[in-house]
Amino acid sequence: MTVAIESATARRGGDGGRRPGPLQRLRRGYQKYWYAYAMIAPVVVVLGVLVGYPLVRGFYLTLTDADSLNSARTIGVNHIDATYTFVGLDNYKDILFGPTAYDRFWSHFLWTVVWTALCVFLHYAIGLGLALLLNQKMRGRTLYRLLLILPWAVPTFVTVFSWRVMLADSGALNQLLGHLHLPQPQWLEDTFWQRFAAIMVNTWCGVPFMMVSLLGGLQSIDASLYEAAEMDGANAWQRFRHVTLPGLRTVSSTVVLLGVIWTFNQFNIIFLLFGRTSAPDAQILVTWAYQLGFGQQPRDYAQSAAYGVLLLSILTVFTSFYFRWLKRNDQLAV
Amino acid sequence: MSTTTLDSAASPAATVADASRRRVRRRGRSSPLGRTVTHGLLVLASLVAAAPVTWLIYLSLGPDKNDYLHPGGIAGKATFSNYSFVLRHTNFFKWLESTLIVALGTTVVAVAFAATTGYAVSRMRFPGHRPLMWVLLLTQAFPIAVLIVPMYEIFSELGLIDTYGALILVNCSTIVPYCAWLMKGYFDTIPVEIDEAGRVDGLSPFGTFLRLIMPLARPGLAVAAFYSFITAFGEVAFASTFLLDDEKYTFAVGLQSFVSEHDAQWNYMAATAVLIAVPVAAFFYLVQKHLVTGLTAGGTKG
Repeated sequence: MTVAIESATARRGGDGGRRPGPLQRLRRGYQKYWYAYAMIAPVVVVLGVLVGYPLVRGFYLTLTDADSLNSARTIGVNHIDATYTFVGLDNYKDILFGPTAYDRFWSHFLWTVVWTALCVFLHYAIGLGLALLLNQKMRGRTLYRLLLILPWAVPTFVTVFSWRVMLADSGALNQLLGHLHLPQPQWLEDTFWQRFAAIMVNTWCGVPFMMVSLLGGLQSIDASLYEAAEMDGANAWQRFRHVTLPGLRTVSSTVVLLGVIWTFNQFNIIFLLFGRTSAPDAQILVTWAYQLGFGQQPRDYAQSAAYGVLLLSILTVFTSFYFRWLKRNDQLAV
Repeated sequence: MSTTTLDSAASPAATVADASRRRVRRRGRSSPLGRTVTHGLLVLASLVAAAPVTWLIYLSLGPDKNDYLHPGGIAGKATFSNYSFVLRHTNFFKWLESTLIVALGTTVVAVAFAATTGYAVSRMRFPGHRPLMWVLLLTQAFPIAVLIVPMYEIFSELGLIDTYGALILVNCSTIVPYCAWLMKGYFDTIPVEIDEAGRVDGLSPFGTFLRLIMPLARPGLAVAAFYSFITAFGEVAFASTFLLDDEKYTFAVGLQSFVSEHDAQWNYMAATAVLIAVPVAAFFYLVQKHLVTGLTAGGTKG
């Protein structure tokens, strides 16, 4: 009896140990579902209206040649109807294989992949390092923690401007480098250094989230596991490798996925660091799509939306592979 | 042969002696050298973390827009003139109003809509449960590029461009699902026995949720509310595109207007940035403990 209750509780789904009769079960099930659907209704409506409908509409736009000259618009009192036409998959064909597709899409795609991989790696590695340091008993721990989450506490659109002043040609960073007799790169003009600066700023902004999440994960690891490992003669590295890392696995898999998604879609940093029009080579796909749609005249809505759909497809494919990979690893571990 | 035996016989004793010597230090305490290294690294990291913000505060005291080029000079002539200029002669308070309307509007809608869903997804199994979870997570992967064009079209047709309502709706499209996800993580940490007790005592699922779970989930709600607020507060792309009137700008757009291609008023920008950052950071620090519990609740549960 107790066993049955416990396992039902563990499953979190059951609401009792006794198995009721079929009729009762059906009624109870109906009741349960009714409440469940009523409870999820608000979010389902939001998803349908604010995500589903625009998504469908956006996808339709990618099949047309819509831009700001032929879309419906109102100038003063005159309303002009949309005159764009259906062009099928031409936009996708043009983006992926058309002339100069490398410059327009693939170079940005490669840079986006490099950007995402480097940023997430740096976020995770630095975040984990700091979390391990903070997870010790020591003086000043609270103060360090407060200082270290400062980049997260201050809104990105504020801190990016601060970086922009510091990275300017004769800004603080170059003055500091000058004092140290080091080369002073043109952070915001030269392509390589633009990319370097973007990764640096994004790393600075993203580490606190990783650190705090991983610190939470570290603190939830049962201390007796470390005790047991120590009794068995495990050294510090072995304790890290066989207790800490497995203990962090759930947190890690979540934050790495979130990190990849957020970095891949990171709009604010690149958009604000380089301004609206400059630095075409440092644009990742999402900011590039924005430039096509809103940063030029005429605004190319169809291509911009097509970039959006391509981005979403890339992320969806990545996420499903990631989950599959996680699942396989879990099975291996069990 | 015999030496080998002796060696192996001696080594366990040596290990025990070694271990007992190490045992003198209490568990969890590191050596003085280790402590120095730890503090050194943490001080370095804290400096890096704090430097840009400190620099901004410092620059905001320099009265001239080119003072950032000669930071040494600021110390001698530091004034609060930038602050008084920003408060008196810019749209600062209008921006504040817009930002608060958008951020608070988003927060209220997000928390109100997401709470029940988080609970339902956490406690109940129903047909469509898995797809819903997938969609909730998938909306997090939505790049702004996929929604911004159709949203712009739809809102143009509805005449909602340059209104706060449009911005609140747009913000909700990603914030509501994420809040539901966050709250699901928090509800998972509340023992299901409490629900069962409520049900046994005759409460309906709604009653259980409202009377038992909601009071317990207050930290979770706070996290969701805070997350919504801060995300809507810092939203750049949609606000930059949908708001046209510079009296309706949110801070994220207004701050950009100090730095155009022709003129960069870094001193006013810095002062405004400090005025924005101080209350937000203070608020952040007040709730950050809850935030940490909330954000990791979903992950650590396994």
